[in-house]
Amino acid sequence: MNLFTPLSWNDAGFILTGILNTVYISVIAIVVGSLLGLLIGFIRAESNKTVNVFLGAVLDVLRSVPLIIQLILFSTFIGVMGFPLPPFVTGSIILSLYTMAFMSEVFRSGFNSVPVSMVKASRSLGMNYLQTVRYIRIPIGMRAVFPSWIGVALSVIKDSALVSVIGYMELLRTAEQLISRTQQPLMILIGVGLFYFMISYPLSRYGKYIERKMEI
Amino acid sequence: MIEIKGVHKSFGDLEVLKGIDLTVNRGEVVSIIGASGSGKSTLLYCINAIESINKGNIIVDGIDVHDKKTDINALRQNLGMVFQQWNSFPHLTVLENAALAPQVVKGFSKEKAEEIATKELKHVGLGDKLHEYPTKMSGGQQQRLAIARALAMEPPYMLFDEVTSALDPELVGEVLDTLRLLRDDGMTMICVTHEIAFAKEVSDKVAFFHEGLIEEIGTPQEVLDNPQKERTQQFLSKVL
Amino acid sequence: MDNYEFHWNVVFDAFPQLLTGAFTTVHVSVLSMLVGIIIAVLLALGKMSETKVFYHIANIWIEIARNTPALFLIYMAYFGLGAYGIHLSPYVSVFSALVFINAGYLAETFRGGFQSIPKTQYSAAKSLGMNNIKVYRYIILPQMFRRIYHPMTNQFVWSILMSSLGILVGMNELSGETQRLQSTSFRTLEFFMVAAVMYYVITKLVLLAADLIAKKVFKGEIS
Repeated sequence: MNLFTPLSWNDAGFILTGILNTVYISVIAIVVGSLLGLLIGFIRAESNKTVNVFLGAVLDVLRSVPLIIQLILFSTFIGVMGFPLPPFVTGSIILSLYTMAFMSEVFRSGFNSVPVSMVKASRSLGMNYLQTVRYIRIPIGMRAVFPSWIGVALSVIKDSALVSVIGYMELLRTAEQLISRTQQPLMILIGVGLFYFMISYPLSRYGKYIERKMEI
Repeated sequence: MIEIKGVHKSFGDLEVLKGIDLTVNRGEVVSIIGASGSGKSTLLYCINAIESINKGNIIVDGIDVHDKKTDINALRQNLGMVFQQWNSFPHLTVLENAALAPQVVKGFSKEKAEEIATKELKHVGLGDKLHEYPTKMSGGQQQRLAIARALAMEPPYMLFDEVTSALDPELVGEVLDTLRLLRDDGMTMICVTHEIAFAKEVSDKVAFFHEGLIEEIGTPQEVLDNPQKERTQQFLSKVL
Repeated sequence: MDNYEFHWNVVFDAFPQLLTGAFTTVHVSVLSMLVGIIIAVLLALGKMSETKVFYHIANIWIEIARNTPALFLIYMAYFGLGAYGIHLSPYVSVFSALVFINAGYLAETFRGGFQSIPKTQYSAAKSLGMNNIKVYRYIILPQMFRRIYHPMTNQFVWSILMSSLGILVGMNELSGETQRLQSTSFRTLEFFMVAAVMYYVITKLVLLAADLIAKKVFKGEIS
C-alpha cells in the first residue's frame, strides 16, 4: 500500500475526470461516426461507380493518414482560420470522421450482404423502396456486420487516447500528468491499462460470441 | 493382395467394425454396399491407416498395415484413395495437383512427375484443363482430378469412398465412366458405393455390410440378384 | 484564412530531414512486423497447445495486445519500465509496443488461417503418402499463407500509421521529426500537410507492392 501514499484523493478525482472524458468522447465518436457511416455506407452500396470511386478516395485518405496527424492538422487549421475550438470539440469532430471512415465500410458490406432475392420478396409483398430499407435491409444487413461494428467501436475507444495530442484531458493524458508529478509510473499506468482492458475485453468476447453464434 | 482379418474398430464406446474378414486379390474389383453407418467407409480408412484399428490385421502384399514398424507413408503410395469430397488442392493447378506427390513423395524430377501426371489426367479426360485451377471446375471434374492425382502415384490398389455421393446427379456418369476405365485397365479396386447398378456391372465381388459385419458376400449375381439373407433383401428393396 | 500566408520554402528546405523521418517510420514498422511475426507464430502455437502454461501465456499476451491502446503500451515501455530502472529510448519503446501488438493480432490471424484449412486436405495429402512435414510444406502452409496475406498487409499499414505515436515520446520518426521541424519554424500547417501526404504515399506504396507480390506469388485463385 506504500505505493499509493503519494497519490491523494485529489489525484483520484483527476483520474476520474480523465476516465469520464475518455468515455464521453468515445461515445460521441461511436454514435456520430456510426450514423454518418450508415448513411455513407448506404450511399456507397446504392450508387454507381463514379460516386463510389470518389467517396472511396475521400474515405481512403481518412484511413491512410495517422489519426494523430489529422488531429494536429485540423486543430492548427481552424486556429489559423481564426475559429479556434476547444480540444473537446476538435477531437470529437476528427474522431467522429475517422470512425465514420471505418464504419461506412462495415455498413456497406452489411447492405451488400442482404440477398437481392430477399429485397425482391419484400417488394413483392407491396413494400416500397424506403420500407424495404427500413424493415429489411437495415435490420438484416446490420445484424450481419454487428461483430465488425463492435470491433471498430473498440478500436475507437482505444484510439481516443490520441486526442490527448491536441490537449484534451482524456485518461492517458491525465495519467501522464500524474506520472510527471508523482513519479509513480507503473502503478498509474497499470491502473489505466486495466480500465481500458475492463471495457474492451468483455465487449470483444461478446463480439466473438455473437460471431460464433451467427456461423451456426 | 489385401487381406483383412478379424478387424475391430471403435470410436469411443461405439463399435463400428465388429470383426471384418475380406480378401481382395490382384485385379479384382470389390464393391462394398450397405446403409450409412454400417462401417463401409471406416474400413477403407483403416486399410489406408488414416484410422487405427483395435483388433485384427490388415495385410497388403505381406505387409501389416497397422504394425508400428511399418513405414506407413511408403505403404500409402501403393494404396491410392479417393474420397467422397474431392479435396483438390486449391492453391495448385490441375497439373500441379497431380504431379505434386510423385515429385515430393517419390522424388521424381519435375519433368518426370508432370509427364506421368499429364498421362493420367488425359486418361481421365482432363487433358485440356492442365493449367486451370480446380476451384473453377465442376465437382465431377474435380473428382476425376482426385482420381488422376491418386493414379499418378502408380498404385497397384485403389480405394474409392463413395466417390459419387457428393456429386450432382448429372455429374455422376462421368466419374463412373472413369472407374469403368480403370476396371478395364485391370486395376485392383475397392469401391464403397451407393450405386447398386454400377456395383453389379463392374464388380467381381460384392460385400453387403450391416452394423459393422459382412452380412453377405459373393458375386454380384449371388448378392444382388439372389440375396440369401433377409437384411440384404430388405436393403436392396429399399435402394433399388 | 485570408490572413494566413503559406510558406512552403522552409518545408522544402527541410525535406531531407522529413525523408529521414519517413525512413525511420518505415524502418520501425518493418522491424516490428518481422519480430512480431516470429512471436505471433509462437503465440498461435501456444494458443493451440494442450499445455496449459503455454496456452495461458499466449492468451494473456494476445488479449492485452488486443484490448489496450497502443499509446498505453508505448507509455508502459517508456515510463513504466523506468520504475524498474529500465530506461528505453523512444525508438525502442515504440518498437517494443508495436511488436507486442503486432504479435497479438497476428497470432489470432495465424490461428484463424490455420483452422480455416479443412481437415480433409490433410487426409487427402496423407493418402498420397506424404509425411507430416511434406503435408505442411506443400499443402497446409501455402494455403494458409494465402489466407493470412491480406490481414498481414493490413497489420503492416496499421504499424506504419501507429508508429506516428512516436511524436508523444519524442521519437524522430516522420511525425516526431515533423513536430521538431515545425517547432523551430512555426509553419505547423505546412509541415503537417506534407507529413500527411507522405504517410498517404507510403501506405499506398506498401499496398501497391503487396498487390504486385500477391499477383506474382499467388497465381491461383482461392475461393
